[in-house]
Amino acid sequence: MKPVLALLLLLALAAVAGACAPAAPRAVEITIHYSHYSMGEIDVPAGVPITFTIRNDDPIDHEWMIGDLAMHQLHRAGTEAVHASRPDELTIPALSTRTTTLTFPVAMTLQYMCHLPGHEVYGMVGVLVAK
Amino acid sequence: MRRSVVLVLGVMLSMLILAGPAFACGGLIGPNGAVNLLRTTTFVGYHDGVEHYVTAFQFAGGGGKFGSLTPLPGVPSNVEKGGSWTLQRLIRETQPIKAFAIPAPAQRDSASGRVEVLLETKIDALDITVLRGGGAAVGEWATAHGFRLPADAPEVLDFYAERSPIFLAAAFDADAAAARGQNIGDGTPVHITIPTANPWVPLRILALGKQANDPVTADVYLLTDRKPAILPLARGANGLTLAYDRTASALLLDDLRSDAGMGWVPATGWLSQLRIDANASTMTYDLAIDAQGHSPSRVAAGLEAPGSFDPTPVAITMLAAAMAAIILVAIRERRRTVLA
Repeated sequence: MKPVLALLLLLALAAVAGACAPAAPRAVEITIHYSHYSMGEIDVPAGVPITFTIRNDDPIDHEWMIGDLAMHQLHRAGTEAVHASRPDELTIPALSTRTTTLTFPVAMTLQYMCHLPGHEVYGMVGVLVAK
Repeated sequence: MRRSVVLVLGVMLSMLILAGPAFACGGLIGPNGAVNLLRTTTFVGYHDGVEHYVTAFQFAGGGGKFGSLTPLPGVPSNVEKGGSWTLQRLIRETQPIKAFAIPAPAQRDSASGRVEVLLETKIDALDITVLRGGGAAVGEWATAHGFRLPADAPEVLDFYAERSPIFLAAAFDADAAAARGQNIGDGTPVHITIPTANPWVPLRILALGKQANDPVTADVYLLTDRKPAILPLARGANGLTLAYDRTASALLLDDLRSDAGMGWVPATGWLSQLRIDANASTMTYDLAIDAQGHSPSRVAAGLEAPGSFDPTPVAITMLAAAMAAIILVAIRERRRTVLA
């Protein structure tokens, strides 16, 4: 086999292997300061795992709850003190950091917010767009 | 008419302490609706370089606990139970009772090690702690001690800590108050003695935890040796009105002096009453006072950030002298040039 042909074959194999491997998680870092998220809008690719790191710089607890309008409406009237069992519902204690990984299977638009009393009204709201 | 009005914990921030399980997910602050913060009345007297800050909690009924944090201009030398009638007497002085008026009914990843507890005391059903620390550290201390801080607390605590890192935390146990036999409407006056160069009254903190259109109402009585200068100016449109401003009567001063802990009241003085009637969104300032009547600090008033140019009377005098000297030198040089 000629060297050029061999090289082309190798490159093609590498491309196929790369396409079949799971996509590496994308990272998004959000800081909470003075009861506001550092990012009001986040664009992420659909179908790819996204790792969110949320750092709370405030001396009070906050939440990062992401979902559709129905989910948020449910939480507005909820009474759970702490959210720790679901990757899309995080409680971030004062002066601490929490990480979660989510995959948005299709294109969609969601909201994230803090449902602690008064925090949503104060401006702890953001939008995530998966494309 | 507001007679035995009131006296909630004075110029302070009203935060609720957990009375039960934490409420996430949009639960209401103030479970049971136990605490009603009514119009705040505060007395600030300044004499011989010492600020006397008198305010009171009103027991509004219900159960559970609530509390407040008060930023202070300096480290208090004493915190004690206030006199029995000082606040009521001031209200009467400025709003005399009309002859035929019908009385109205009385209405974790911890960083908290940086907080220094300077003083702890108990006054009736109040547990009082004086703290020194940055906004985050004080906030974390407060959270760890059961205070439920609202969303704007981190920014507001930093705002005050940058000006004076001294806070007074008062936790009020309504159940304990009820057990003590306190009735609805009863107040617990607290007298804080603070050596400081000029008195200063935190007002912005009255809006803590409120929505933008929520009303903020308060009365601040100010007794100084002479007519003071204040900032911001009481324009009315900014929510601040100078409702009373005249020499304090000898009778008033005698009455005040005869109350417990009020022996410091001088023989003469100037009484001002400032009424705050504002929306929370406009309550972005504090009350800075120059007891000598010159120029109050814009930083203390919250109109400028610490570190920005904030001319004191001495600085203004020096600046004026320097400018006068420059002008004189310039005139002199010009004369020399003309003569030559």
